[in-house]
Amino acid sequence: MSIYNAPAQDTAFVLDQLVEFDQLCQAMGLDEVNLELANVVVEEAGKLASEVLAPLNAVGDQNGARLEGDKVIETPGFSDAYQQYMENGWATLTAPEAFGGQGLPNVVGTAVNELWHSANMAFALCPMLTQGSIEALIAHGSDELKDQYLSRLVSGEWTGTMNLTEPNAGSDLAAVSTKAVPNGDHYLISGQKIYITWGDHQMTPNIVHLVLARLPDAPAGVKGISLFIVPKFLLDENGEPAELNDAKCISLEHKLGIHGSPTCTMSFGDNGGAVGYLVGEENKGLAYMFTMMNHARQSVGLQGLSISERAYQQAVAYAKERTQGSRKDGSKIPIIEHPDVRRMLMAMRSGCESMRALALVAAAEIDRSHIEGDQTAAKARVELLTPIVKGWMTEMANELTSLNIQVHGGMGFIEEAGAAQHYRDARILAIYEGTNGIQALDLIGRKTLSDNGAALADLLDEMAAIEADLRACGLDKMANRFVASVARAREIREFILDRAAADRSLMGAVAFDFLMQMGYLTGAYLMAKEAIRAKALSGAGSAYSDEFLAAKVATVRFYAEHYLPRAEAHAQTIMTGLDAAFVLSDEQF
Amino acid sequence: MKALVAVKRVIDYNVKVRVKADNSDVDLANTKMSINPFCEIAVEEAVRLKEAGVVSEIVVVSIGDKSCQEQMRYAMALGADRGVQVEAEGKLNSLDVARILAKVNESENAGIFILGKQAIDSDNNQTGQMLAALLDVPQATFASEVKIADGKAQVTREVDGGLVTVEMDLPAVITTDLRLNEPRFAALPKIMQAKRKPLDVKTLADLGVELTNSVELISVETPAERSGGIKVDSVDALIDKLRNEAQVI
Repeated sequence: MSIYNAPAQDTAFVLDQLVEFDQLCQAMGLDEVNLELANVVVEEAGKLASEVLAPLNAVGDQNGARLEGDKVIETPGFSDAYQQYMENGWATLTAPEAFGGQGLPNVVGTAVNELWHSANMAFALCPMLTQGSIEALIAHGSDELKDQYLSRLVSGEWTGTMNLTEPNAGSDLAAVSTKAVPNGDHYLISGQKIYITWGDHQMTPNIVHLVLARLPDAPAGVKGISLFIVPKFLLDENGEPAELNDAKCISLEHKLGIHGSPTCTMSFGDNGGAVGYLVGEENKGLAYMFTMMNHARQSVGLQGLSISERAYQQAVAYAKERTQGSRKDGSKIPIIEHPDVRRMLMAMRSGCESMRALALVAAAEIDRSHIEGDQTAAKARVELLTPIVKGWMTEMANELTSLNIQVHGGMGFIEEAGAAQHYRDARILAIYEGTNGIQALDLIGRKTLSDNGAALADLLDEMAAIEADLRACGLDKMANRFVASVARAREIREFILDRAAADRSLMGAVAFDFLMQMGYLTGAYLMAKEAIRAKALSGAGSAYSDEFLAAKVATVRFYAEHYLPRAEAHAQTIMTGLDAAFVLSDEQF
Repeated sequence: MKALVAVKRVIDYNVKVRVKADNSDVDLANTKMSINPFCEIAVEEAVRLKEAGVVSEIVVVSIGDKSCQEQMRYAMALGADRGVQVEAEGKLNSLDVARILAKVNESENAGIFILGKQAIDSDNNQTGQMLAALLDVPQATFASEVKIADGKAQVTREVDGGLVTVEMDLPAVITTDLRLNEPRFAALPKIMQAKRKPLDVKTLADLGVELTNSVELISVETPAERSGGIKVDSVDALIDKLRNEAQVI
């Protein structure tokens, strides 16, 4: 079993130096919140994460959730851990105070969620889905629904689920066929939903399902989908869970990873119809889903960081302990001294640090987009960064968790070593919450072509502006690489804008490479900013040791030398296009 | 009944301690600092006594510069009600700490004093005993169990030979051993509330305490590196080495 420690110092550095947390809090009108408090919160969450949740991670892998009759029985130990999580108030972190939350900024929630997912991703998915239900209800629920459900979800007393996917409606939600029939003050829901994360469990006395369904007279396609609340137990006159609703889990998926997270097939209305309550207005369900999408997608990107960080810590521990080869004096050589192992560890380290920078900066943009006043720039930035956070970070997670196995050598392939679990667990991330193919199309289409590249141009201008600072602190080689890469991205932007109108197929052909190019470049930008700050702070008697600051600069340098060149490789592929992929006829495959 | 709990800001127990190049002290620059683990146990015990209805208010006291407020806020996040910080620079010896605590108590009149048995940096194990002497109240050190009833404290103490249970009248001083309790995690809402709890700052002049500074730190050194072991051919050779080289038998 691997030990996990919260990377509190790096989190603090990013919050302080990149997010400029204290200024953010002032702008948000949060007088009592500052970096010092955020650091205490992250450290305290880190204790629960490493001491309670992390030891249950391997348990969940080996003793996954199981179905007994109609009931899903979660991994042993999860229920107690959930109680502690709830009793310590962690579920309330970012929700508004009006509903019993602590009202902390989204970026603090993100910093803390990183720890939960590192410690135990299968477990942490449950509160993550609940967070989605909370957002949906706050944004679109009636006062009555809020009264009945919201404070119980915020406190963590009940959990929430998202029921979107059906056997024939995956990425294409227009095909949703679950029915909702009006019946007095409620609706009767019937149909089947698949891949429902934490669709059932026994950890809490109720579960609140949010379900997409179609009214009898609804228009076809995406404009005919409505959103409903379907509680596992209907509430009595006192608002307490009473009668079992006509909704149940009928099977659990056997998955490659996240075995501790029950992935349910939910059946609604086997006995006449599950009682559901409309959220917001009829036929607006999909639009409502979009309002939660940025947060949900960033959360999945964050999971990519989390699992990579866990894998990195495991790889470091193993590389320090495992010896291979002897020195002349007969002493054994720990493999951390082997150049190729060193390469892999630095790849993992710099990958994780760049992802942390991106995840927190993007999360803070969500906070900024809610500040009164001019939100246009922040909103555009959120839209632009979100597919990069989700797509690029989860691709990185596949690579970095694989590197952890490689560091372990043969032992990495053996389940007992525990490296394999992170690799298997990570594999879902590029798939759910919109596959990375979908993310790539989102980035190039809705986020680039639809505003004629304006938001992207702003970001690239911002990137180009740090050249002088990089040179001023003596990072000339890094500056050269970075400036060339930004220039290349500007060329690619022009290329895409020029060609897309004439060639409709171009978008799909280059989308993925464009996503990856922008991922590596944005990571480089934020890392370069960290290096500039670290250089300025070293020897200045700051809160950070010179050792930490020097390590930061070295890690950024590794990133610039090993990851940033990949942006150019993707750019070259974009310029050549995907013609070669369509030479063969379908029959030739 | 009011409980007075003293907490000390010390180097975090997970940190590998470095000695300054001139051997003048431990190097604390940019090191992670935390509440002394024995003090944390003291806070937890006070909170449990409050939850049991025995204690009505928990006052946490720390002595040091502004940075020790961080540890006081942590104690408040665990459940202490308010804080008194006594501003003081540099290292204080145990007697000065005990004298300051006794002075603080002149306006607090606590019914029970719970202290860590020692701080993990200086390892003196003196303050609790000295405080009891200065206040002229009973003391039970190295507590592994505390029961309060009928104005008396029954304390199980960990001693070399096993456990000793003593009963004392209150007010009394109790110092905590490792096994007294397992401190809880600070809950998020309490971390937030802790920021709003009252924290008074007093100076030594306010209290009328003059430091004795009777202990001088002369030098700090890292323990000698362990040298590699050797293999011997026979028991006789081992005895010979132990007797003549190591001179331990």
